[in-house]
Parts: sequence; structure tokens; C-alpha cells
Amino acid sequence: MVSTNIEDSELDSHGPQTFLTKYVWSQDHKVIAIQYMGTATAIGLVALVLSWFMRLQIGFPDTFDFIDSESYYQYVTMHGMIMVIYLLTAFFLGGFGNYLIPLMVGARDMVFPYLNMLSYWFYLLSVIILASSFFVPGGATGAGWTLYPPQSILEGTPGSDWGIILMLVSLIVFIIAFTMGGLNYVITVLQARTEGMTMMRLPLTIWGIFVATIMGLLAFPALFVGGVMMMFDKVLGTSFFIPAIVSMGESLEYGGGSPLLFQHLFWFFGHPEVYIVALPGFGIVSDLISVHARKNIFGYRQMVWAIVIIGALSFIVWAHHMYVSGMDPAFGFFFAITTLIIALPTAIKVYNWVLTLWRGNIHFTLPMLFAIAFVFTFVVGGLTGLFLGNVVVDVPLSDTYFVVAHFHMVMGVAPVLVVFGAIYHWYPKATGRMMNQTMGHIHFWVTFIGTYLIFFPMHFLGFVGIPRRYFTFDGLDFIPESALTLNAAISIAAFVVGAAQMVFLFNLFWSIRNGKKADGNPWRATSMEWQTPQTPPVHGNWGASLPVVHRWAYDYSLPGVEEDFVPQTIPVAEGEMDER
Amino acid sequence: MIIIVIIVLLVIFSVVFSFVSPWTYVPIAADWSEIDLLLTATLWITGAVFVAVSLFMAYALYKYRQSAGNRADFEPENKRLELILAVATSVGVIAMLAPGLVVWNKYITVPDDAKIVEAVGQQWSWAFRLPGEDGEFGLVSTHDIYETPFGVSASDPAGSDDIIIDDNELHLLLGQPVKMVLRSIDVLHNFYVPQFRAKMDLVPGIVTYFWITPTRTGTFEIICAELCGVGHSQMRGYVVVDEKKEYNEWLAEQETYAKLVANERNDNVEYAQNSE
Repeated sequence: MVSTNIEDSELDSHGPQTFLTKYVWSQDHKVIAIQYMGTATAIGLVALVLSWFMRLQIGFPDTFDFIDSESYYQYVTMHGMIMVIYLLTAFFLGGFGNYLIPLMVGARDMVFPYLNMLSYWFYLLSVIILASSFFVPGGATGAGWTLYPPQSILEGTPGSDWGIILMLVSLIVFIIAFTMGGLNYVITVLQARTEGMTMMRLPLTIWGIFVATIMGLLAFPALFVGGVMMMFDKVLGTSFFIPAIVSMGESLEYGGGSPLLFQHLFWFFGHPEVYIVALPGFGIVSDLISVHARKNIFGYRQMVWAIVIIGALSFIVWAHHMYVSGMDPAFGFFFAITTLIIALPTAIKVYNWVLTLWRGNIHFTLPMLFAIAFVFTFVVGGLTGLFLGNVVVDVPLSDTYFVVAHFHMVMGVAPVLVVFGAIYHWYPKATGRMMNQTMGHIHFWVTFIGTYLIFFPMHFLGFVGIPRRYFTFDGLDFIPESALTLNAAISIAAFVVGAAQMVFLFNLFWSIRNGKKADGNPWRATSMEWQTPQTPPVHGNWGASLPVVHRWAYDYSLPGVEEDFVPQTIPVAEGEMDER
Repeated sequence: MIIIVIIVLLVIFSVVFSFVSPWTYVPIAADWSEIDLLLTATLWITGAVFVAVSLFMAYALYKYRQSAGNRADFEPENKRLELILAVATSVGVIAMLAPGLVVWNKYITVPDDAKIVEAVGQQWSWAFRLPGEDGEFGLVSTHDIYETPFGVSASDPAGSDDIIIDDNELHLLLGQPVKMVLRSIDVLHNFYVPQFRAKMDLVPGIVTYFWITPTRTGTFEIICAELCGVGHSQMRGYVVVDEKKEYNEWLAEQETYAKLVANERNDNVEYAQNSE
């Protein structure tokens, strides 16, 4: 196997030396990763603030003059779109994917470093276009993050002039960025693994990112064409998605298009997207649990296959978002069956995480706490998926707060908890220092308990039938007064949780200088990124010669070995029990 | 260690909350009690799994917490255990899915004796149409919407006895199955009455449907459950479920399409005469 794209060299480091090439126009995967993370965090903060505005309106209606129906729907839309695409997708793949793939597979960098750099700058461009839509006439689009036509491009929806166009352009640019990055990640995993690093020795983090990236490469084109077609409908007057309609008392020039076609395209992307965010999280959390419980991940091969099977199945479940969309209802049978089948590999993953803890030696470090919180939150979010996947049970719950609670638990809070756990875990590798423990604990407890208090009760508002995306519940008699009190309480919890993220941000910067010094492998982990000659790793990662891998990434507490971990670089000793 | 206490507390909180929560299904008013039953059953099954997995995890965290002399086991796989768990999960999933599909089949199969009622949505109001004595709707076309209310085509005789209810209040007869036929003239909407449990999107360009049998009298709110622009949360209507007598009284007050057209013609004539 070809194991490297850069020859071994006796020179120390031949990386770029000027500030500009080293930190700005950098082709180093580690710098690009941090650029991705920084940009995603910045735009994510915007989305966080938008969620506060939403909660102000929901919890305390008619109190704040700057929130009207139009701006409310803009907050809803932009919050959702930013969180799903520009924060989570970018953070997991552009951020962790970039940082960890070369280090964990034992490569010097991505196979196409220049393309990798371009990927980031296109991503930044997409974020700038997105953010600029707040400032154009009419403001950002308020069509909901699903952007369903016809309303997304018609009068009657905020931002239907410039907002929606910028939204679509931004998505198209993002997809270009993702494609450049994504091809890179996939090919790096396939081609640049160092000697001895077989696919079945890869840490699950890499498996999660690898499969999620392949899924992205297959799913994003559906959004791309949907976006381009909608742009044509909007700008050129084509009728891909718009039938003959009368808008605001005026008969429009459209005719013959199908709004449902867009929904199919959107969800053909949109459902895999859920797993594009979830699979890297699954992978990372497996590694966090294994390292901090000092125990091999339980059922490694099963975990790998579960990731692959979930990835494949997620392409044939999309219409479970459309049970009451007006598509032929007979599709409901097929999609309910595929959707509930996907529960099986997902449940197996949960069992294996818990069974990894069983008979472990559990260290309650911050990354471990976040991993535990993830499993707990994910169990709730996953189980509520069984309501919504089971077509007829979805009928009363669809488009209510139950859905909002479900997807926030499963693909909002759960992946974000993984992001945090992963940052606390890999921070010492990236900076050489540990993050502050006290601030970390404050951040953890408020985030974990707070998000649970926000989203758990919200399911019950859905049972009542309270619809989502409502600017006001004024005059709706079926909603009990007490539900409005609950909404106010949820809002307060949301403000507190949001504030706790500021503690985290402060810690992130404070610890760069003031954190406790960390050595190269503070968690005493086996995987390759902890075995670099320098910490933080320098350009080229591995010094003069590439490392050689001798075992899988989970040799913790190996019988007959005194230390409770054996790095992947250590050759298998005679008589040692190791068949990997 | 605190994490173990917190997890146990959160489990207790969740269970207690589920039992004492005042926020639950609104009293049902249509013949879809199967949906409520399935929902409740799903809540029990998933609730049990949630409690079991969470408490097992908490127990594992307690039992195998780090301590001097503790060392983790090395156990990469356990095929038998993995198989048992996979089979048990499959059984649970099938137990929820199978009855769900049976009820879904009922949901999409309209009984023969169902009367049809059309709901038309537009930004941001509702209107309704009954087929009249012939039991058939007249043809409609979006392009005719200026000529005739609802775009009912003047050339189709089936349309002349259609009853047009250009008002946000619809009456239904108690115990009479209805097939709600849904149309939109502009964007996506969704016809949702929480008490009926059923809902379906209105999609411009196509006709969608669902069916219900009202099981108790009363006035219920129709809300739009598919984002349809800035007025989304204001798109309200009412369904009044009546006994036979009240229903017939209401029906007698409604006007047919032919009558509406005639009235309009009279108005026009009157207007023309007055302005002469």
C-alpha cells in the first residue's frame, strides 16, 4: 500500500515560514481545521443569539417591540440553517475532519492541501454571503430552514426578494466548499494511511467522519440542484416547483411545477444530513468513552458496520419528513419500515457505548462527562424518533413542538455535547495546555442539565398539539394557559444555557496562555494523534519519518501489560494476546 | 460521581413529569382513538427503554468508577450478548411498527359512505365547498379564480349545485364520516384540528385528502400547521360538529354556486340601473 504522499525527509520542517502563509493562506490541515472551527463558532454565536430572540417572543409575547412576525420567522429560519449546515456540518467535517484525519491515520497532511485551503475560503465566502442577507432590503429569508416553495420565493414571506437569493447562493457556495473538502477527506483516508494502518484499525472517529463525508458527497448534490432550480424559478421565471397559483390576489405566470418535487430533493439531502452530523459524533464519542474508561470499545467491528449501514439506510428514509406532505400516502408504509429498521443499528451503538463502560475503569474527566451526557441525551432523542418514524403516530405530532423537541435533542444538543467533549479532549493536543477545569465544569453542568430542562418538557407541548413556527398563540383556545407559563420557563432556561456558552468561549481563549501545561499524551491514549513527536504537532506532523502502525486503536488494559494502554505504534510483543 | 446522581435525578424527573404533566392530548373529537392508543403505547415502551438504559448506565458508572487497583477488562466482543440485544430490539420495534402500519392503512383508506367536503386554503384564511345534491364537485381551475369564487368552472354543470362557504367556519355532522379534500391556491398549508388528531398538507397544484368521523359535538379550532408566510399563526378557522337538526339548519342557510352567480348578476344589474 502506498502509505504517504510526502517522502521521508531528514530536514526538520520545510513548512511555510511567513505569517501569511502559515496562518492565513495556510495549506496545513491543522490551521485550516482551526480556521473552520473559528468561523463556525462565530456564525454559530449569531444563531445562538437568534434563538434567544425567538425564545423572548415565545416566552414573553408582546413584550419586545423589535420582534414582529417578519423578524421572528427570519430568526427561526436563520437559526436552523446556520446550526445545521454552517455550524455542525462545518465543525464536524471541516473542523474535526481536517484536524484529526491526517493525524489519526498517520499522514503528513491531506492529500490535496491546496484544495483543502480553497475549501475553507469558499466556506468563509458562503458564511459571509449568508450573514450579508441580514442587511439587504427585505432582510434574510423567513421561509423556514426547509425553504419550501412556493412560499419561499413569494410575497408574504419575509426576505422573498434578496434574502432567499442570497440564501441559495450561499448554500451553493457552501456545497462547492464541502465538495472540495469532502473529496480530500475521503481520499486521504483511503490513500494516505501510514504503513500498518488498515481500515479495520482506524479509530471510530475516522470511520464516522469518513462515512459522513461520503454521504455528504452523495446528498449535497440533491440540495445543490434543488437550490439551482429554485433560483431559476425565482430569477428566470421557470416553473420547476411552482404550479399555477394566485398569490395575494394576483395570478402569477407560473404553471405546471410541483412543490413536492422540491421537498423530495430537499429531504433526499436533508435526512442524510442528520446523519452527516450524527455519525462523526458517534465516532468521536466512541473514542472518548473508550479512552476515558480505559477500555477497548465494545464490539468494534459491529460499530463500524453500524456506521456504514446507518449511512446507507439514511438514503432511503427521507420521505418520513413528508408523511403528511400530500405525497401518495402509500409511500408511508415503505418509509415507516425503513425508518424503524434504522433504529436497530442505532440502538446497537447505544448498547455498545454503555457496554464499553461496563467493567471499565471510568475516569470522570470533562470529555467523559460530555460523552455520558451525549449518550443520555441521544437516548431520549433517539427514542422519540420512534414516535415520528411510525407514520400514523407522526400524524398528530407532525409540525408540533414534539418535533422541535425531538430534533433538538437528537441532532442539536447531542452533537453539540460531542463537539464540546471533543474540544476538551483534543485541546491539549492543539495547544499544549489543558482547559481550565472549574470553568469546564460550570459549562458542563449548566449545558447538560439546562438543555434537558429546555427540551424534555417541550415534547409535552407537542402532545397538546401546539404547532411549531407560530409567532403568536394568541386566541387559541385549545392551548391551556399553563402551557404559556411553561414556555416562559423554557425561555429562561434557554438564556441561562446560552450564557454558559460564554464561559466556555472565555475558557477557550484563557487556557491558551493560562491553562495547565500538558504533555504530548495527557489522557494516555493509544491512537496516532497522541504519538506525534511535537505537541502541538508541527508542519508535516511526524518529523523525519512516518510512524508505523502495529495494532488497532483500542489496546487499553491489555492483559499481561503493566500500563493500561498500548499505543498503536508499539510492535506486538511475543505472546501478547492481540489478533489485530 | 455527581454525574451518577444527576442522571438518576433526571430519570426520576422525567418519569414524574410524564405522569403529572397537565400538558397532554386535548380531548379527542374524531374516531381516531387508535392513534392515541398507539401514542400512549409508544410512550410506555420507549419510556421503559429510557429508564432501563439510563439506570443501567448510571449503575455501570458507579460500579466501575476509577479507583486504585481497578483495571478495566479486555473484552473486544461478545457475539452472544450482541445477538440477544439485536433480537430484543427488533422485537420491540416490530411490536410498535406493525400496529402502526395497520392503523395507517385505515387512515388512508376512506370508507365508501364518507361524504366529501373541500377545504381551500389561501394566505391566510380558509374557505369550504360541499358538493351539493349531485354529490360531485364541479371542476375548478386556478385561472378561473377571478371569474368565479374558488375558480369553479362555469362550464361544468356539476358545479352549479356546489355549496360555497366563503367563511372560516365549517359545520360537520356528528357521526358522519367525511373525506376532507384539500386544495390551496397559493402556498403550502396544513389543515389541522388538534381534537381530530388527523392532519394533511394543502399543496397548490394537487388535491390531497384525509378522513375523519366526528365523535362529539362542539366548536374546534382549525389551525395551519405548515409554515405559509408571515400570517401563518393567524390562519385560523373553526369546525362546528352538529347534531342532525342544527346541521340541517346551518346547511339550509348556505348558498349554492348557481345562486351566488345569480345574486352577483342581479347585483350587477342593480348596480348598472342605479348608476344610469
